[in-house]
Amino acid sequence: MKDKIINVLRFIGLGFFEPAVRLAAGEDPKKNLTALFQKVFFPIISIFLFFVLWNVGATKLYNVEKDYKIDTARETRGEAGVKEELARIESGESTVNSLPAPSAVWDAFKNLLKDHKEISAKKKAFTERVAKTNEKREAQGLDAITYTGRPSFVDQVKTSLWTVFCGFLLALVLAVPIGMLLGLSETLRSSMNWLIQIFKPVSPVVWFLLVYMIVKTLTLTYDGDVSFIISFIAVGLCAMWATLVNTTLGVSTVDNDYINVAKVLNLSVGQKVFKIVLPSAFPLIFTGLRITVSVAWMVLIAIELLSQSPGLGTFVWEEFQNGANDSNAKIIAAMFVIGIIGFMLDRIMFSIQKLVTFTDQ
Amino acid sequence: MAYIELKNVSKSYGTGKDRVEILSNINLKIEEGEFIAIVGFSGSGKTTLIKLIAGLEFPDEGEVLYKGEPVTGPSHERGLIFQNYSLLPWLTVRNNVGMAVKERFKSWAKDKLKKRVEDYVGMVGLSHAINKLPKALSGGMRQRVSVTRALSMSPDVILMDEPLSALDALTRGTLQDEILSIWNKDKKTALLITNDVDEGIYMADRIIPLRPGPNATLGPEFAVELQRPRVKTELNSNDTFKKLRNSITNYLIQIGEERSKGLSKEYNLPDIKPVLRTKVFQGTRV
Repeated sequence: MKDKIINVLRFIGLGFFEPAVRLAAGEDPKKNLTALFQKVFFPIISIFLFFVLWNVGATKLYNVEKDYKIDTARETRGEAGVKEELARIESGESTVNSLPAPSAVWDAFKNLLKDHKEISAKKKAFTERVAKTNEKREAQGLDAITYTGRPSFVDQVKTSLWTVFCGFLLALVLAVPIGMLLGLSETLRSSMNWLIQIFKPVSPVVWFLLVYMIVKTLTLTYDGDVSFIISFIAVGLCAMWATLVNTTLGVSTVDNDYINVAKVLNLSVGQKVFKIVLPSAFPLIFTGLRITVSVAWMVLIAIELLSQSPGLGTFVWEEFQNGANDSNAKIIAAMFVIGIIGFMLDRIMFSIQKLVTFTDQ
Repeated sequence: MAYIELKNVSKSYGTGKDRVEILSNINLKIEEGEFIAIVGFSGSGKTTLIKLIAGLEFPDEGEVLYKGEPVTGPSHERGLIFQNYSLLPWLTVRNNVGMAVKERFKSWAKDKLKKRVEDYVGMVGLSHAINKLPKALSGGMRQRVSVTRALSMSPDVILMDEPLSALDALTRGTLQDEILSIWNKDKKTALLITNDVDEGIYMADRIIPLRPGPNATLGPEFAVELQRPRVKTELNSNDTFKKLRNSITNYLIQIGEERSKGLSKEYNLPDIKPVLRTKVFQGTRV
């Protein structure tokens, strides 16, 4: 039981909980307690310190902005103006828009979830209401009526994840086969090298514009969600380079011993590629794919922001433009959600990598 | 006609100024069913020699003949056992051997292939580890898999490139016996490359020293006139064995000295003496 839990934890990349499990099983308390302190307790302390520092800093920034507003009021309207301004700040009419404190971010996060519940309820009610009409419309060969209200935060997270997933698939489908071809042929490799070196460092924003130019023309007659198509293609193109380069490297540097085995066994070219070269390049390919997922998630926000695809990027940008009392808090809440999802995606890739690749030792 | 024949074979690597001739003027004849050992220093071109016979490399001059035909590439008929095992780390023992068997007997049914793999893995006593990955095996076990992978293709010739040099003495002994018993059973032709004179005498019919490279050539051969089966514990007190070992070792030492003479240069060192301004004792002036 204990070993099973530890293996699962290790597998999903949460090995740092191992001492806690061992301690719970009553194994070597002294050693495991030290390990627990080192791996769990101190990280928690450092997170706590981070929040304290954030809170202090946020309060300070809030006061700076508030003092400035009051000073301006005093200069223009005298003491009466100060009172008026204080009342306005109190009622939320005049917003003090600075770095929000952790508690404000937490409230904003709860509000976002509440908002999601309300919108889901509305959506459900709407679907039930139009169910009959939709049946009729379907019978008449018309398109069904769909809910067109504002998406909730959770919906936007889902859109973002779907965009990243599609972008990742695109990167996989493009980069792995091309990388293999480049790895196998030195002529191809050297002829493509310049292009790769030039395109690799291009900024996500420019990739977006490039994809926009092409996709816009290709989808002139298409009335679906073009912004989504543009987003995922741009995400895929930005993120595929790590996989491309790693696959090329992995395939072109197969251990000579394995090649000799293939020769001695008289394997055909196809068998050599799929049974020797590809498996031996797997660890590097997966390292590349892991980087690709991280990069995809990172560039996604900027690309969604530009494409107006209804995901997290759009959410952050709209809140920034909105400038309401809790907008900044919502942005920071989104930042944490983005970070945590990115971390989880990396852990998932890590587990898959462990599952499918070999280690020599 | 000899089974394997090397005629005036030379092989070098690199071009121009960096060109190094590894083997030069190698002549060797191996008859069917013979067990030959080639003994030499490390770096003398032993691996190059076996690669030429296996068909992984080709001679610059001369020719390598197998059953009278020039070698044009690797073939199932010549099984090669690698020095560093060269098992594919992502395949289990079963699949490592299975890949070779499947390649050799393409027309066989699945269960026939499976049985052959299991038989051959069982032959080297690894049935319990058949579903393990190479990383879970010890060095001796890995080399057993490598041996059985080569043998499962039922080659006519077994080429062994220092197969046991990375193993400890005890494992080495058992594997020597295993290889000998397999060789004895089918009377295959075998070529063993080794750096261990005792191993050569224990296993082979003829021992041929390889004079160290660059420009390595084969030295005079020593026939091993010991009755088979040879018993290791008795060999040490056997006069023929002792005499043979002494003469081979002496020969190797002799050519080793020749080589170091050829390599060492006379340097004219300048006749200078250090000038001591002050006396320094443990970092402080006295």
